[in-house]
Amino acid sequence: MYNYLSGGFLAYLNRDLLLGIRNKSDLIKPLIFFLLVSVLVPLAIAPEADRLAELAPGIIWIFAVLATLLSVERLFSDDLQDGSLEQMLMSPNLLIFPILGKVTAHWLMIGLPLALLSPVIGIWLSLPTTAVLPMMLSLAIGTAVLSLIGAVGAALTLPRQGGVLIALLVMPLYMPVLIFGSATIQSAVDGQSWTAPLSILAAFLAIAIALCPLAINVSLRLAKNG
Amino acid sequence: MNLNLQWTWFHRLGSPRWFYQKTQRWLPWLSLIMLSLLALGLVWGLAFAPQDAKQGNSFRIIYVHVPASVVALAGYYLMAIAGAVGLIWRIKLSYMLMRSAAPIGAALTFVALVTGAIWGKPTWGAYWVWDARITSMLILLFLYLGVMALRHAYSSNEAADKASAILGLVGMVNVPIIYKSVDWWQTLHQPATIKFTGAPSMHPDMFMPLVVMIAGFYMFYAVTLILFTRIEILRREYRSSWVKQLVENN
Repeated sequence: MYNYLSGGFLAYLNRDLLLGIRNKSDLIKPLIFFLLVSVLVPLAIAPEADRLAELAPGIIWIFAVLATLLSVERLFSDDLQDGSLEQMLMSPNLLIFPILGKVTAHWLMIGLPLALLSPVIGIWLSLPTTAVLPMMLSLAIGTAVLSLIGAVGAALTLPRQGGVLIALLVMPLYMPVLIFGSATIQSAVDGQSWTAPLSILAAFLAIAIALCPLAINVSLRLAKNG
Repeated sequence: MNLNLQWTWFHRLGSPRWFYQKTQRWLPWLSLIMLSLLALGLVWGLAFAPQDAKQGNSFRIIYVHVPASVVALAGYYLMAIAGAVGLIWRIKLSYMLMRSAAPIGAALTFVALVTGAIWGKPTWGAYWVWDARITSMLILLFLYLGVMALRHAYSSNEAADKASAILGLVGMVNVPIIYKSVDWWQTLHQPATIKFTGAPSMHPDMFMPLVVMIAGFYMFYAVTLILFTRIEILRREYRSSWVKQLVENN
């Protein structure tokens, strides 16, 4: 028997992953951006291990935010152009599961690779090895929240497809994630318990999974008409 | 049938024409209350309230700073709730209120930030400190600017209204989270900032003028919101017969 709910989720997850894999350059660009801006830090500040290590927790998170922001714009705009968004909106139901499928695909292609790539930047910026696992976990969970909130911004700005506008809408909403994300790494660096800020990130994720798809659903229907 | 009759007030409340005509009569009174409250609060606060033991006369900027911050924050909720009412009951007037509330709230947030910076210089020795409240207010300003900027992404008023309402609601869920996060972040990073006295510990002689000023700022907010909304009503309803009649009579 075809299950509408999980079916919608898996169908859109598969579709978006397939599209992503067939169009590899779009996948790789944010990752290269993530690596490139990290190279700028020692060049702009100083190649001294102490100073870099001090800045690393915050800087890694800022770059993760920027890399997500860069990629989130494409989440719905390609679908709008090729008409598949209209197909999706034909359904009279709430589109929570298709939307979650699309956002999960986005996270699998952007957030998770960023988290997996982050140890390289950790090494470049002399981050203590004890902080590497907390960094990867905080990025993995945090970027999922960023994808969800970013998708709200992308859906709202769909008629204009404005990159800067998304940043203006979404950046203030990213700040709690940024605070607790970098705090997770910082706590690990300081030798304190890092599970507390990480749990709060996970709580943000729970709230975002519950509420963001609703906002995205309404915004997408608007954007089609606007 | 009976139910319908009971709900007529609700629909009348949502009619831009009714709002325009009613506020015409309310405005002089509201303005009078606003002016007397602001005049009383300013003279009382600036001239008669005692000096602060540590800050001297410089604390008196509190009589502009605190009311502006309070109303700016409350204004965000008003804007978001107006948007929600518009989304749920499809009331045009509610969207017009929401649209008018955004620039007023942004302006008040800006005033709060500027007066805070001016106050910070003699008190903290710096125009800008990354204090939890200041940071939250700055984020609030960006939230307001986001709502204002989003309008221009849509060609039709209707879609722009709905989109702004959604963004306002998303922001409303986030404002307490942002505030708490920033508060927590600040306690983590700044163990020794100067804490200025909160309202309850203020002497009544200083506190009462502040209450009057806050009430005055709320009235100011109400009056400006009504004025902005009236302009918005005329702008959107210019095709309707009552607006045409209004213009001809003038």
